[in-house]
Amino acid sequence: MAEPATATQAAAPAVPQLKDELDIVIPTIRNLDFLEMWRPFFQPYHLIIVQDGDPSKTIKVPDGFDYELYNRNDINRILGPKASCISFKDSACRCFGYMVSKKKYIFTIDDDCFVAKDPSGKAINALEQHIKNLLSPSTPFFFNTLYDPFRDCADFVRGYPFSLREGVPTVVSHGLWLNIPDYDAPTQLVKPLERNTRFVDAVLTIPKGTLFPMCGMNLAFDRELIGPAMYFGLMGDGQPIGRYDDMWAGWCTKVICDHLGLGVKTGLPYIYHSKASNPFVNLRKEYKGIFWQEEIIPFFQQTVLPKDCTTVQKCYIELAKQVKEKLSKVDPYFDKLAEAMVTWIEAWDELNPTGSSVTNGKAK
Amino acid sequence: MSLSIKDDEIDIVIGALRPDLTSFMNEWRTIFSRFHLIIVKDPDLKEELKIPEGFNLDVYKKPDIDRVVGTSTSTIFSGYSCRYFGYLVSRKKYIISVDDDCYPAKDNKGILVDAVAQHITNLTTPATPFFFNTLYDPFTEGADFVRGYPFSLRSGVQCALSCGLWLNLADYDAPTQALKPEERNSRYVDAVLTVPARTLMPISGINIAFNREVIGPALLPSLRLGGEGKFRWETMEDIWSGMCVKVVCDHLGLGVKTGMPYVWRNDRGDAIASLRKEWEGVKLMEEVVPFFQSVRLSREATTTEDCVAEVANVVKEQLGSKDPMFARAAKAMLDWVKLWKSVGSST
Repeated sequence: MAEPATATQAAAPAVPQLKDELDIVIPTIRNLDFLEMWRPFFQPYHLIIVQDGDPSKTIKVPDGFDYELYNRNDINRILGPKASCISFKDSACRCFGYMVSKKKYIFTIDDDCFVAKDPSGKAINALEQHIKNLLSPSTPFFFNTLYDPFRDCADFVRGYPFSLREGVPTVVSHGLWLNIPDYDAPTQLVKPLERNTRFVDAVLTIPKGTLFPMCGMNLAFDRELIGPAMYFGLMGDGQPIGRYDDMWAGWCTKVICDHLGLGVKTGLPYIYHSKASNPFVNLRKEYKGIFWQEEIIPFFQQTVLPKDCTTVQKCYIELAKQVKEKLSKVDPYFDKLAEAMVTWIEAWDELNPTGSSVTNGKAK
Repeated sequence: MSLSIKDDEIDIVIGALRPDLTSFMNEWRTIFSRFHLIIVKDPDLKEELKIPEGFNLDVYKKPDIDRVVGTSTSTIFSGYSCRYFGYLVSRKKYIISVDDDCYPAKDNKGILVDAVAQHITNLTTPATPFFFNTLYDPFTEGADFVRGYPFSLRSGVQCALSCGLWLNLADYDAPTQALKPEERNSRYVDAVLTVPARTLMPISGINIAFNREVIGPALLPSLRLGGEGKFRWETMEDIWSGMCVKVVCDHLGLGVKTGMPYVWRNDRGDAIASLRKEWEGVKLMEEVVPFFQSVRLSREATTTEDCVAEVANVVKEQLGSKDPMFARAAKAMLDWVKLWKSVGSST
């Protein structure tokens, strides 16, 4: 039976890597009590809290953390009419945090995710592993059967061409979850008691041309190299769909990564996911998504980005165009989504003009 | 072991490159003894084989190979390729093959890994090559498809090939092992996953299993290095064969899994001594990988034999002129298809 680590077991690293180059983005509507458990690992880093729901509610951030906090009023004020692209009443709002960050890397985690233990009982520093994943290359062009060859005590296997051993920059590190697995509503309904107790000691690159379901619960990425692709879509209040925010971002991101020759890793680190959301509520949110994904997946699998899309923004705008052309017939929602995708890029570019410096933002 | 698989649907094929199989067979006894074994002696091996009692097996040596395929053809079964003769004469549905310097491994809990059972589980549960499941094999107990996995893809496809891994001496090439002489693989990764469609990988022959009825002809002896030797560091035959198999599987909509089971691979040989022989193979991969990544088979190729023949023709056209080794490999592939049709059987 998987159990979370207790706070006292967590031993922080002597030198927190990328301390001034990484922001931790946390969407929350409830509270931030979970941060207490992560304190030894997170305290050296700057936090960006995106407060969803009622802006008049005060969310207390535990003492000792350096943070900026944005509620809906802040989002509206900062983005003006462009705020329409940021979801309300859905953790998709977290992508606002990506936009206002001034750092190179982002780590995002849900407020019901705690420190997990590895099989030896040691507390897992998820952030440290994400950083390791991001700072070592990916190998999307040829599969290495011993998984990530850049990990300790691993390497490329016989038959792996030497010309491909340099790899490409890793821009996404997708972590996993012990205890409550990230199942969809139908699976949760059928298997309400299933818990993920299997610790798979592997990190691997998702091959080029292969799509995957990207979960936003435990995710890190290189904001400079892929940030604009991490738009979490239109979900929640006033939208016909929910719980597909991270999926959408993941499909867009992977297509763009494949086009630009960037890498996506999945596997370690694990966090301990404690809260099983209500499957009936989830079903209502996901319902349309379950049908739509049957069209969406082939769309992404067949998408070709033209050669002149050489930046993430250009790729993304082109994707938005293709979404409008090819997915609006599935539902008018995709028309709105395509427009929101463009609004997102406009807002991103406005808040992140080229040549801006890398320091902590302050809540404006 | 899956209840629906009978032991008599399985052949365990062992290529004997060393004469004394006593400790090998004894270590595997508890796992192998219920099955029929096919032991094929490397035709180049001079000494007599030593095999302990208590197994249900057939042993094939050079005279037997000569009798079945003719003396001129029997040369294709030299060295590690001797096992392909076993695949050829087998009449079973599933084949499991491990190198003769591998023993059963222990998992993270110290329990002996039944590699046969795990391979069979891999082969008899669907593969999911069209979309990546982040929780790995969704058909494993305690796992499932994750949120965002399209429902229409959840029935999966038939798994034709199961590629296992190795603890201790991992399947590194000679340069890598020479650079890190002390490195041993002690990481037991508790996962099986499907290799996505159109993704290629180096398929090692050290610990492998497949559905012979479905994919048999595609595992073949064809690429032989000029300096091929009797250590894995001195061969590329399995890597080449594996690329063909993956291309064929992708074309026919069959799955390939990788991961567990692990075997324990014993230390053997000297990587530095092998360096000179394998370097040829290492250079070849620079051509081989882009080539296979570009191969597209025609709609008319609907059987494994047809697919293999088509790959062979493309090899001849596109690689044949670059190196005579490829031209020979292409011919060997076409010969193999003929041989399979005459000697092998699909039932």
